[in-house]
Amino acid sequence: MNAAILTRPLAALGRPVLAGLGALGRVVLYTLAVVSHLVRPPFYFREFARALLSIGWLSLPVVGLTAVFTGGALALQIYAGGSRFSAESVVPAIVAIGMVRELGPVLGALMVAARVASSIAAEIGTMKVTEQIDALVTLSTDPLKYLATPRVLAATLSLPVLVAVGDAIGIMGGWLVGTSRLGFNSSVYLTNTADFLEPWDVTSGLLKGAVFGFIIALMGCYHGMNSGRGAQGVGKATKQAVVMASVLILASNYLLTEIFFSA
Amino acid sequence: MIKLDNVHKAFGGKKVLRGVTLEVPQGESMVIIGGSGTGKSVTLKCILGLVEPDAGTIVVAGQRMGRGDREAFLSRFGMLFQGAALFDSLPVWQNVAFRLLRGHQKRPHSEARAIAIEKLRRVGLGPETADLFPAELSGGMQKRVGLARAIAADPSIIFFDEPTTGLDPIMAGVINDLIREIVVEMGATAITITHDMSSVRAIADDVAMLHDGVIKWTGTVGEMDGCDDPYVQQFIHGRAEGPIETLR
Repeated sequence: MNAAILTRPLAALGRPVLAGLGALGRVVLYTLAVVSHLVRPPFYFREFARALLSIGWLSLPVVGLTAVFTGGALALQIYAGGSRFSAESVVPAIVAIGMVRELGPVLGALMVAARVASSIAAEIGTMKVTEQIDALVTLSTDPLKYLATPRVLAATLSLPVLVAVGDAIGIMGGWLVGTSRLGFNSSVYLTNTADFLEPWDVTSGLLKGAVFGFIIALMGCYHGMNSGRGAQGVGKATKQAVVMASVLILASNYLLTEIFFSA
Repeated sequence: MIKLDNVHKAFGGKKVLRGVTLEVPQGESMVIIGGSGTGKSVTLKCILGLVEPDAGTIVVAGQRMGRGDREAFLSRFGMLFQGAALFDSLPVWQNVAFRLLRGHQKRPHSEARAIAIEKLRRVGLGPETADLFPAELSGGMQKRVGLARAIAADPSIIFFDEPTTGLDPIMAGVINDLIREIVVEMGATAITITHDMSSVRAIADDVAMLHDGVIKWTGTVGEMDGCDDPYVQQFIHGRAEGPIETLR
């Protein structure tokens, strides 16, 4: 009786810990399998091209809109904050650095996660529920290689491009607000932006983009492939893909910022 | 050709297969009958390696399942899935020629398309369907496309999972006839799982009754009606009373 009183809380604590470790192990194994397939033939170019179009090209509007409004809002906030200690002139530099180092990659990736991780998880989850994944196996095709590898590679390559486009549009958003609402001279604004930005600011943001792209597609594929049965199972997989991708983007952003910029 | 010996499979605490032993000779058409949840689909998936058995051996054409080149092992199989399982993102002809467009059996694009159109014709679909997408087809047409895909690479073994489920009786009859013709024409070994007794009579050379994870009875289709196995008799006559428990 006494032993049960002692072991019951430990068991209650241990079960979720073991389940969490098991889930982590499965994700790590899945990641290693996807990475190993990236360097082993065959490679499905048509699937890769389709993924590139869907993940990269079709995400441009959402990334562009996010960036332009973020850049504009950032300019207003920095101007308001800077005016407290007569530092309004820092607006172009801070908008540029804020966009390329942090907001461009992170907000862009979160928007792409919402759009792409959900879509990949729903598509692959539906394929699983309707036995299309089993059909792939019976047709001598490895589902991981056919479905996951092209999508993960496409997202890893296209996110840095989306981040670069988002950076440029975000800076333009700041410039637009700075020149039209805050009284900045156009050429001075652009000169300040160019003077303060360093190549590493941009490169670090693009590297972050590549990592975020990898995470987004990986989570979409993993949760889709492990989807439960029926509409509810696919819905749950979709939700988990977006939530996990978003959390991992924010966590890895902190880690990468530590690695890139800690003194 | 296909030999299962004492195959067991459980999912968690649920034992689905409890020692399935079955032999399907080369060129024969075996139909496995049995109620829902008795392990028919799991048996097929074990043979294909989609599900790994917990115990027992499966030998296909002398090769033990799970050993040797997996792609070569699977290349001898064709399968028609219950819901056809066509790839939504590909047009019909690319679904049919899927195996011919990649892997060991890859052919030039134009040749693969020509073969796909020929296989579509074999299942009664015209070339105008080749460029449609699966979502544009009716259920019966999807089954035909699934059948065309199953035979596209001239497999020596074909599996049919509930080939007539969800079809009207006329379309079910058409699909049954097609399956029988194709199996005879190709000389393939076939395993079909179904609840549909009209399918059994149209397709089967041999019948196996699976219940509660074990094969209860096997025999020829001719012997089925006269056999004294109470499980078979209850199933083929659709009786509520008998050794197979029903929920009411």
